[in-house]
Amino acid sequence: MTMTLGSFVVRNTFRNKRRSVLTMISISFSLLLLTMMICIWRSFYVDQVAPEASRRLIIRDRVSLAFFLPAYYRDKIRSVPGVTAIAPLTWFGGRYIDDRPEHFFAQLATDPDEYLKVASDKIIPPEQLKAWQQDRTGAIVDVTLADKFHWKIGDRITLQGTIFELNPELTIRGIYHRDPPQNALYFSTKYLEEAVPWFKGEAGWYIAQIDSPEHVADAAKIIDDMFRNSPLQTKAESEKAFQLGFVSSLGNVKAFILGICGAVMFAIMLVSANTMAMSVRSRTREVAVLKTLGFTRQRVLSIFVSESVALSLAGGVLGVLVAIPVIAAMTHQFMGFGIPLDMKVKVPTAILALVVAVILGIISGYLPAYRASRMNIVEGLRHIG
Amino acid sequence: MAIPIRYNIRNLKLRKGLTVMTALGIALTVTTAIFLMALVAGLDRAFVSSGSPLDVLVLRKGSESELTGGFDASLFPTLKTLPGIAKDSQGEPMASGEWNVVIVLPRKDGTGEVNVTVRGMMPDGLEMRQLPGPDHKPRVTLAEGRWFQTGQREVVVSKSIRERFAHANIGDTMEFGKGSWKVVGVFDAGGSAYESEVWGDVNQMASDFDRQGGYSSAYLRAEDPIAAEALTRRVSDDQRLKLDGMLETDYYAKQTRSGTPIKVIGWVVGIIMAVGSIFAAMNTMYAAVAYRGREIATLRVIGFSRPAILTSFVLESLLLALLGAVVGILLMLPFNGMQTGTSNQVTFSEVVFALRITWVVAGYAVLFALVMGFVGGLAPAWHAARQNILNALRG
Repeated sequence: MTMTLGSFVVRNTFRNKRRSVLTMISISFSLLLLTMMICIWRSFYVDQVAPEASRRLIIRDRVSLAFFLPAYYRDKIRSVPGVTAIAPLTWFGGRYIDDRPEHFFAQLATDPDEYLKVASDKIIPPEQLKAWQQDRTGAIVDVTLADKFHWKIGDRITLQGTIFELNPELTIRGIYHRDPPQNALYFSTKYLEEAVPWFKGEAGWYIAQIDSPEHVADAAKIIDDMFRNSPLQTKAESEKAFQLGFVSSLGNVKAFILGICGAVMFAIMLVSANTMAMSVRSRTREVAVLKTLGFTRQRVLSIFVSESVALSLAGGVLGVLVAIPVIAAMTHQFMGFGIPLDMKVKVPTAILALVVAVILGIISGYLPAYRASRMNIVEGLRHIG
Repeated sequence: MAIPIRYNIRNLKLRKGLTVMTALGIALTVTTAIFLMALVAGLDRAFVSSGSPLDVLVLRKGSESELTGGFDASLFPTLKTLPGIAKDSQGEPMASGEWNVVIVLPRKDGTGEVNVTVRGMMPDGLEMRQLPGPDHKPRVTLAEGRWFQTGQREVVVSKSIRERFAHANIGDTMEFGKGSWKVVGVFDAGGSAYESEVWGDVNQMASDFDRQGGYSSAYLRAEDPIAAEALTRRVSDDQRLKLDGMLETDYYAKQTRSGTPIKVIGWVVGIIMAVGSIFAAMNTMYAAVAYRGREIATLRVIGFSRPAILTSFVLESLLLALLGAVVGILLMLPFNGMQTGTSNQVTFSEVVFALRITWVVAGYAVLFALVMGFVGGLAPAWHAARQNILNALRG
């Protein structure tokens, strides 16, 4: 009986093909959005960082990234127990070709001798690293960025400074790999210091490597205490906390995401309930026949709820499938804004989205199904649909 | 002859449940779209309304923001002697050397710390900003208390700073720089970028941050728009000064790019939701057509043409969408004026702005809904118009 009932439900779900397909597409778009929101939420608030990143500490001016820290802070921080490597980073913020967003990427000045010891998740061939360290005007770039602009080792590029009055002419000396990829270029801070007199002895912020993840919080506290009475106080925090701070500066992101999720789920419910109401209405006589044949109320109820679930589940699967390429493309776009989004539709995300689809299917199918199950048989048989 | 629109209204009324649910679906999409558009409108206003076309902002050459500016105070007297500057109440050229710094304030609701811009200014700076702007209203007015006094450790805060941050009421003291500052007044900046600032005396502030003898920017009030243009060129071209002059309006217009992430997200979310709603509307309209097969055939027999039927059903779909738009706008109205913040990507400090549901936003929302209704209604209406009369009558 269950077997035949199952196929009965499936056949009925797709009996009115146009209606089912339209509903499915409508639901799939909503679920696409929902999956996107879950992915963003995960990457901001749930995902754990890579093991190397959990050992990294970012030390910046307490007030703002816009203020520089003195160069001598580097050696003081290096003396803190647990710090194994430390490199300066400065946001150059230059223009490449023009102001268009597709030409935007992160440009940072750092110390080639030590930076890759801290950023150990960036993989670069040793001879390229050596070439970079030996060339004061050299630069290394992420492989995705190099591919995007068709840069090869040895190519020369010019950036226009906006914060610094310098248009650096750089030679690509190395191409690094990192997972996830990153739209970034690094060049030597010495080049910047020599060309811009007032920047000598300054650094945007520092990135330090700690010997183990357990020591990160202690090291951060020691560093902040060390500079508490200096004219420029510091704020040391883990890389993840630093990124979260950046996210929260964009606004109330949590409320924003939850609001969109709420609207989307409500929209799915409306669409699905609407379809089920139409479906029940056009099958009034059939329902009466089913009941005459001896189908109980519960059975009729479960038939219609199952139809609703089948429909929203089908929409959900479609939505999640579409989400996979869309989110991959989005991650690529967002990197341009410097937002460290690493988004993939992971299995738990997909499952969560589908569970939401099923629950919404049950809720939205219940009312029309309940109506159908309570229908008066005689009236139903008389009904002219 | 066209089918009267009353026919469509009655039909919508007849299938109340279906109409309401479809309209609600459209309303939800419209609501989301309005929310995002209102955010952007508020943000744009924060920047666009901040500048006065008569005020010339002077920065160090090459600098993009007041925060990364900074020049020697000895240049200020030279700036004051430039021709074309309006006179202040004392009969002196109206110019203000200012000092900008970003400080960290704790949010009132305990959700963390936010960067806020503190601006030190001269008395002329206050006078300048109380002059009428392009809309003939003062750009900044005193809402409560009094202005800070020169030479005192006093500050005035904007209304939204008072609402969003702890210790920002009149009589409170704020801790930054080398000590405490007394809050003596609250000003209303009408939703402009000044709405995110704390103001005080320039000399007091500069000495607190060890920047005596320097200004991060200067403001000059020009006599008229032509003088303002000339003044910007004069400042930029003067080889002695090594400074850049720009109209304040241009300076803020550049900062609107801080809204880019919100705009991008808004477009993505809006379009995806709209496509979903179009399919839902299509469904409803197909159902409406299917139920009324015999009715449509009858209309045809009476003599209504195919184009008339097509128009009528598209119109019905548009009506449905319009209903959705109205509901959507009504749902969002309570949120009008709600304040929120984002980070200014030029100054790294927080910009406070309010959701603004303007007539333009409402207009776009209606247009957005009508497009959904039109696209969703076209195929079903086409289907209705093409129906075979005989078959339909047999039903």
